[in-house]
Amino acid sequence: MNLVFLAVLVLLALGAAFGLILGYASIRFKVEGNPLVDEIDGLLPQTQCGQCGYPGCRPYAEAIAEGDVINKCPPGGQGTVDALAGLLDIESMALDAEDAAAEPIKSIAYIREDECIGCTKCIQACPVDAILGAAKQMHTVITSECTGCDLCVEPCPVDCIDMLPIETTLTSWKWDQPKPGVELIATDRRGAVHEGAA
Amino acid sequence: MALIRVTSPHVHKANRTADVMRLVLLATLPALLAMTFFFGWGTLINVIWASLLAVGMEAAIIRLRKRPVMFYLRDYSAVVTAILLALALPPFAPWWLTLVGVFVAIVIAKHLYGGLGQNPFNPAMVAYALLLVSFPVMMTRWNMPTVLLDNGALGLFDSIAVIFGGLEPAQIDQFTGATPLDAFKHRGGLTSEEAWRQIDVLANGIGAWHAVSAAYVMGGIFLLNRKVFTWHIPLAMLAAMTVPSILLFGFDPDSYADPFFHLTAGGTMMGAFFIATDPVTAASSNKGKLFYGAGIGLLIFVIRSWGNYPDAVAFAVLLMNLAAPFIDLYTQPRSYGHTQAKRGLKGDS
Amino acid sequence: MGKVFAFHGGIHPPQNKQQSTGLAIQPGPVPKTVRLPVQQHIGAPAQPLVTVGQRVLKGQLIAEPGGRLSVAIHASVSGTVTAVGMMQVAHSSGMDALCIEIENDRLDEWVPHAGLEDFRSLNSNDLADFIRGKGVAGMGGAGFPTDVKLHVGDHHIINTLVINAAECEPYITADDMLMRERADQVIAGIGVICHMLKPSHVMIGIEDNKPQAIRALQQAALGNRHNIDVVVVPTKYPSGGEKQLIKLLTGVEVPSGGIPADVGIVCQNVGTAVAIHRAVAHGEPLISRVVTMTGDALARPHNMEVAIGTPFVDLLDQANLKENQLARLVVGGPMMGFTVNDDELPITKTTNCLIAATWEEMPEANPAQSCIRCGQCEQACPVELLPQQLHWFAKGREFDKAKNHNLFDCIECGACSYVCPSEIPLVQYYRFAKAEIRKEEAETRKADHAKKRFEARVARQEAEVAEKEARRKQRAEAAVKAQAVKKDKLEADAAKPAVTADAAAPVTDIKALKTAAAVTRTKLRQVEKALKNAENKGLEGVETLTQTVATLQTKADAAQQAYDEALNPAAAAPAPVLDLKQLKTNAAVARTKLRQAEKALAKAQDSGEGDIAALQARLTEQQAKTELAQAAYDTAESGEAAPAVAPAISAEQLAELKADWDAAQAKVAKAQAALDTAIANESPAAEKMKAGVAKLQAKADEAKKAYDDAASPVTAAAAPAISAEQLAELQADVDGMTAKVSKAQAALDTAIANESPAAEKMTAGVAKLQARLDEAVQALQAAGGAVAEPVVEPEPELDLKALKQQVSIMRTKLRKVEKAVEAAEESGEDTSELVADQAQLQQRFEAAKAQFDAEEAALVARAAEEGVDLKQLKIDAAMARAAVTKAERALAKVTEPDDQQEKLAQALEAAKQKAEQLNSTLSRFE
Repeated sequence: MNLVFLAVLVLLALGAAFGLILGYASIRFKVEGNPLVDEIDGLLPQTQCGQCGYPGCRPYAEAIAEGDVINKCPPGGQGTVDALAGLLDIESMALDAEDAAAEPIKSIAYIREDECIGCTKCIQACPVDAILGAAKQMHTVITSECTGCDLCVEPCPVDCIDMLPIETTLTSWKWDQPKPGVELIATDRRGAVHEGAA
Repeated sequence: MALIRVTSPHVHKANRTADVMRLVLLATLPALLAMTFFFGWGTLINVIWASLLAVGMEAAIIRLRKRPVMFYLRDYSAVVTAILLALALPPFAPWWLTLVGVFVAIVIAKHLYGGLGQNPFNPAMVAYALLLVSFPVMMTRWNMPTVLLDNGALGLFDSIAVIFGGLEPAQIDQFTGATPLDAFKHRGGLTSEEAWRQIDVLANGIGAWHAVSAAYVMGGIFLLNRKVFTWHIPLAMLAAMTVPSILLFGFDPDSYADPFFHLTAGGTMMGAFFIATDPVTAASSNKGKLFYGAGIGLLIFVIRSWGNYPDAVAFAVLLMNLAAPFIDLYTQPRSYGHTQAKRGLKGDS
Repeated sequence: MGKVFAFHGGIHPPQNKQQSTGLAIQPGPVPKTVRLPVQQHIGAPAQPLVTVGQRVLKGQLIAEPGGRLSVAIHASVSGTVTAVGMMQVAHSSGMDALCIEIENDRLDEWVPHAGLEDFRSLNSNDLADFIRGKGVAGMGGAGFPTDVKLHVGDHHIINTLVINAAECEPYITADDMLMRERADQVIAGIGVICHMLKPSHVMIGIEDNKPQAIRALQQAALGNRHNIDVVVVPTKYPSGGEKQLIKLLTGVEVPSGGIPADVGIVCQNVGTAVAIHRAVAHGEPLISRVVTMTGDALARPHNMEVAIGTPFVDLLDQANLKENQLARLVVGGPMMGFTVNDDELPITKTTNCLIAATWEEMPEANPAQSCIRCGQCEQACPVELLPQQLHWFAKGREFDKAKNHNLFDCIECGACSYVCPSEIPLVQYYRFAKAEIRKEEAETRKADHAKKRFEARVARQEAEVAEKEARRKQRAEAAVKAQAVKKDKLEADAAKPAVTADAAAPVTDIKALKTAAAVTRTKLRQVEKALKNAENKGLEGVETLTQTVATLQTKADAAQQAYDEALNPAAAAPAPVLDLKQLKTNAAVARTKLRQAEKALAKAQDSGEGDIAALQARLTEQQAKTELAQAAYDTAESGEAAPAVAPAISAEQLAELKADWDAAQAKVAKAQAALDTAIANESPAAEKMKAGVAKLQAKADEAKKAYDDAASPVTAAAAPAISAEQLAELQADVDGMTAKVSKAQAALDTAIANESPAAEKMTAGVAKLQARLDEAVQALQAAGGAVAEPVVEPEPELDLKALKQQVSIMRTKLRKVEKAVEAAEESGEDTSELVADQAQLQQRFEAAKAQFDAEEAALVARAAEEGVDLKQLKIDAAMARAAVTKAERALAKVTEPDDQQEKLAQALEAAKQKAEQLNSTLSRFE
């Protein structure tokens, strides 16, 4: 009986001690803010397009931290979904978009300037202040600032905004990734042709 | 004008994987001849048998993996694996032992990991180790060198009959026995000097082993000369075996074998030049190769001296295969223009 | 001779150099046209200075450097510029770039040029500028602007000059031949560089496979004043890499990410040294270079001196190309050069070699096999990277790891690919990975930037909302205070009449009455506002509030009417004084009660608590009571008011009335100006002010009417004799009105475009203004001034804008219908109706468009007739306006009244004048 009593006592004491340590640690090493949200936000493409249903990238990051699904970001593409899955250590999922298979083509807005009536609606819609203009004056897009969110397309009353893909120039051109699989099949075919010729 | 557009460089060294493999095959020839000469036809038969099996299995599994069969078969890597395995097996190993070995080597140790270049362990050694622990009797029943046999060597057809017909063990026992390493290890209460005098295979048969080792060294030097591999791994491995054996032999010659014995008996030379130098599973930087080779040498010596198995090349190589990626991480060279070499995973997320 | 160090790795590919050294350097072909890309170097592209059709002389500057890190381009032949535009250039992508094409007139006419007599008299800055003007870029392959490299001496101490004569790439012999034949020029060029950089030691690094060049250089360097060493290094690729050569010659490593100048070394190619010499000694810009023509598909491989911009095909012809054997055309060496698929591309400043290879010579790459980790790439890598690790990372898209393994130190020399037994295109993997990393970094930068802008925008919007809120609060507080003051005053007023003299009553009473009526109106407006608030915020009881407002509105109208009526028959029936007093007190009390009720309601609405509807009802009741009391009082009072206006008005009185009117008008003008400013500032008070202005206007009108009425008997007689002055005044009135109307119209247009809810009101306002304008016109006409119709009519002025808008709207509608039709078709619905709609809209759109186009064309034509560029005018006007705004802002910033302010004021005035002038010119055409 004494032994049981002693055991209970020891366990209680241990529990209390560890509880104190844990409590102290939670105060001493308290994490300010939510670094997870920052990290998630860092992975999102910052187009601020709102296609996820949240008003900007950070709100979506907060929602993901709260447990929302990670596949609502079409501008980021499958790459962003995978990166988010990696960060949160969860199973990656397919992108929730109409043509999810295709890698998103980066595009930016252009205003057909002779059709613009200067209504300023697109200016109000732009999340990054990338449209210049004033009432009754023609508007134009600062292409270097445009994130391609296409939020300005919908409000235009005269449909004079186009989303055009960013063109490859001599300076932005790059080598493709070598494709071993394709080459392999090509080889066998080529070998066959050579043998056939010989 | 149909001009092609490709990336530089536009010239290439005439040196393909297949060429490398062919050189390796060529380099095994002296050892194969020596084995056949000193131990009978068994090795040659086994080598042919294993090669056929390997090519067949490789073709089958490549087809299963839906890859172009001829493209992969042409690199000779399966044949090299098979021949190395066959050389390591006892000369008169039964046909099914080779079959199991080749299956393990090609299918499990190589292709299940992703094929050539992707396997973390040396396929031949995986197969050898598996056979050794699964069929210890067959794997340690090495036939006596022909010089020790009263009737001389078995004829070619007898050899085939032994391997494929499954002759009775009693008959086999007539011409099989322990290897020198085995004999030395299980010499009873004899001192080494007594063992050298009293045990037949040590006293009279050791010459055959020396000859085979010499043949492997010849092949290895040929490969070194052709720059198939660098000197780092063999040298480090042999040195790491020699140094402790000198020390311990000098300290207690009655219990420990002499360095020369360590180097020439058993699979040391084959391991140093043909197994440990397999680039796929070895460390890759020059410094890393030194550590890798030294690790193998040391492990072989340790297992031979104090372990249960008489020889240990397979185990040592497999253990160091495990360690190779780690060695690579910590032996990265210092790149041009950098004051320090990168070490470990630092910076890799 | 210095000690030779060693670098790690390297390979020994077959040299293949002897084929092209058989002949001396030959003059190149005379091209029919040359194509000069504006970017032949590292850095910013040059800016073209010539136009199509312009004749240029050989050596003439045709494109100037487009930045610090840029190089000038000169015409390499004399002739006519035939094109400036996008043309394919020699680049691995096969894409187009901006080029200048010159048709050679074969006159070989040089632009006047002269070298420097004594370059040593110039300092290194001036000398670098001179070389910059000659368009010299590094000729080893990369094309780094030479003057920039020669300028580093300003920031670094240079103790060693390394001249790169290694030419380690197989096949290429251009530098070799240059050194054999022009070693003295190389040494002279080194002299210029030495003068600029003042190194203590010059090392010429040359591979031991060029014995003749070594001898020539040693001969030329004999007895040179500079400390020149010709250092022979073993032949090993890539000893000619800048960093590798520096390591070979000095044992020093250039730090990763740094430049040789960081370790006190500058490296120049021999070809560059010759170009510098020719620029300095003869004033020749870089318009030609030595190119090695080699490869098994050429019957006569040799080196030739070629004008920059010459098409490859001319060179191939001169080297006797065996066309059917050509399989691969490589620009540069076999290790680092790139292939092209067109032989019309031009030679550039960096093209040192063309290899016309046969299939046997450079067979198509075998397909890549699996990497067997053989480690041969590591043995070959001159930078001591881990090529196979990098390859795995690039393949697996683990770019972070690749970067950590120093991918960016890779010089893409191709040694690893050369030795790879599996023939993996390693270099392509690295290029791909590098590009991906750069792209990712750019995207990250852009995303960060976008995030910052987004956050700034959100912060700005929040600040705006907060500011508005603060102002609203302030206003509410002010209103409460004012009310409290008024209440006190009114209470005092109510108490006063009882105490003070009765005689004074009538005068005070009329005043008080007026104030009271105005106050009532204000209250009504406040209630309206509250309603609006409630509507916006979606509070409950909106419907009741709406009803209340409606009743209040009618009541307010009734009150106003009563007041007006009371004012008129004031003289009719005088009422007892006592009664009046009593009534007045009643009215005051009722008003106080009403105010209290209103206050309670406002509070309830603000806090959103309490029974708003009940309060509202109480307010209404109180309102009615007040009105009743007021009306009673009004009626009573009016009876006591002044006697009827005497029919005989004296001239004096008339003058007084006139003064009244004038004062009222002045007030209106002032208020209008204030209002304009408010609108310009987008002040929230603008609405109120507008109302105030309207009121003032009404008052002024009243005054005018009174004056007119009084004067009519007088003026009736004098009518025919209206002075010219008066006419002018009337005319001014009409003009002012017209301007106002157009302004209002413009405001209305904006409102419509914004779909502002105020648009309807504004329309009414515009109509009113229009009516007033018509009145003014009539008055003017009556007064005898002939007013030209078209001047008054504001329509033409607005036509174009309106038309444009209409066109846009039509287009939008049309598009919408088109979309609808498409959608309907997709869903298989009946589209006939929609199609009809569409057709109709199409027609209307076309009509509108045609009208707009015609109008615009007419306008432009009209402008053109008068020799005015309408577009230019528009731009000028806009700029002038902007200048005015700027000046105004600057003026506003200066607070202390000093000279500067005066100056600014003057500047503003000037700007305003200019703007007005331009505006008026512009308005003539619109």
